[in-house]
Amino acid sequence: MSILVIAETRNGELKKASLSAVTCAKILAEKTGLNYNILTFEPSEKAKEELSQLGAEKVFVAKGEHLKNYTAENYAIAVSEIAKKVDAKYILATATTFGKDLLPRLVSKIPNSAMISEVIEVIDAETFKKLVYAGDIISTLKIKSEKKILSVRGTAFDKAGKVDKKSDVVEEEIKENYTRKRFITLEETKSERPELTEASIVVSVGRGIKDPENIKIVEELADVLGAAIGASRAVVDAGWLPNDFQVGQTGKTVAPQLYIAIGISGAIQHVAGMKDSKVIVAINKDPEAPIFQIADIGLVADLFQVVPELTQKLKKLKQESAG
Amino acid sequence: MKILVPVKRTQDPYVKVRLKPDGSGIDTSNIKYAINTFDEIAVEEALRKKEEFGGEVVVVSVGTQEWTEQIRVALAMGADRGILVDTGGKYIDHVILAKVLAKIIEEEKPDLVIMGKQAIDDDANQVGQILAGLLDWPQATFAYKVEVNLQDRKAKVIREVDGGLETVEVDLPAIITADLRLNQPRYASLPGIMRARQKPLKTIKIEELGVDLTPYVTIEKLETPPPRKAGVKVKDVDELIEKLKEKKALPF
Repeated sequence: MSILVIAETRNGELKKASLSAVTCAKILAEKTGLNYNILTFEPSEKAKEELSQLGAEKVFVAKGEHLKNYTAENYAIAVSEIAKKVDAKYILATATTFGKDLLPRLVSKIPNSAMISEVIEVIDAETFKKLVYAGDIISTLKIKSEKKILSVRGTAFDKAGKVDKKSDVVEEEIKENYTRKRFITLEETKSERPELTEASIVVSVGRGIKDPENIKIVEELADVLGAAIGASRAVVDAGWLPNDFQVGQTGKTVAPQLYIAIGISGAIQHVAGMKDSKVIVAINKDPEAPIFQIADIGLVADLFQVVPELTQKLKKLKQESAG
Repeated sequence: MKILVPVKRTQDPYVKVRLKPDGSGIDTSNIKYAINTFDEIAVEEALRKKEEFGGEVVVVSVGTQEWTEQIRVALAMGADRGILVDTGGKYIDHVILAKVLAKIIEEEKPDLVIMGKQAIDDDANQVGQILAGLLDWPQATFAYKVEVNLQDRKAKVIREVDGGLETVEVDLPAIITADLRLNQPRYASLPGIMRARQKPLKTIKIEELGVDLTPYVTIEKLETPPPRKAGVKVKDVDELIEKLKEKKALPF
């Protein structure tokens, strides 16, 4: 018996979010005495190297022409084959859109299995905590199926670090091909800034920005801080920023060192995606905005005046500290 | 084209949910109920496809008698008939729910199932994918845009994924789960509400479906997360920067 962690790659590169699932696997390994294996798809040589240094029993690479592009259908076939091979009692992945799409598909492939989504804490071998009601409530769930599938909330577990021991990397050819779904294209959002879920500072923008032209005010602040840009649902719904900028219950969950919410009222759906940030700053002209209830530092002011001022003053401070 | 839409009754998305003072469960005294946000989008998408291709939209709920309220709303929006699988208030987990829906689908044989990507109460995001697996149908989750080609029995779906937008093609029948930006759901019109009263709504007892109702996943405890400590208000940018320095929150 063992634990199987699925590591995600994008263009061959290991997604750092997957390292949170490895940490969760380590915690489970301690509590159960089981080893953990890692399974990945289409890794670069560098990604293989990184994965072999995470303390896994083995690193499996599933191979097949039909696995070049991700589909939940074909990846689920591959995962279930490897899971059978290593007699996986637990299957884990981080709850990115990849993990969210793929893991529940495994339930029908793996006999006597069930799943818990977005685990934030491991209590014991069959008891886990997760957030429900947009994070208003914590639920403790018990999972009694023989095989347990867990998606892991990235912000709730540290990223696993390197260990000295190197794992063997094993390639596994997967033959079965599901043909009733076809990948067509992935239109990637291009950005020079850090990725939202990995950034240590996030500057987020809400409806208060009024016009997409004005977003540059926020971008200038983000650039001084080396921050990622996030958005409330309203801004994404309006088409002012791409969908993968959305922070919230149904968007991305972030927990950076510093989160600056600009012109964001603080609807519970947004707060659900950022309230675990270390320091929260809110800038909003409405003193009654709910965002101030969770902000560590609040500034009631017109963002069009204070954000450029903040940018200028931070720029000066940055230059002083550099020189 | 026949489209089936599973619908969940959840809390109104704009209320803050609290526990009962003794912690024994959710305090439902002040909760208003609605169709789960994402399921409402799924109903709308099904109606638009019906407008394009003709056919029938069937709404299915798995819950108690009160859930007929939300089925009626979907019928008032324009769905043709409803099915309530009555649980009698019995707790079911996501695997059981997916198995129950699979039974209904085997009976109804829709061309397409459209449902919400997740329910805003348990925030699980599982049932569509489990269901697709059980039926061995293709799945297109987190849909942003759906184009059906009924003649070739295919659908092209643009999906909201981390890092951008992904396009996939699925053969019908398929399961599609709706994301936020798929559409803007319509309101039920007054004539729609009147007509909904006459539309067929069938109730089936969950025990009649032959699904094992022993849950794998059970809720042991609910608790409120510790609140964030109240912060401070600052009067200007200089004071804001001072506070950021104090908290060592700046990278320089």
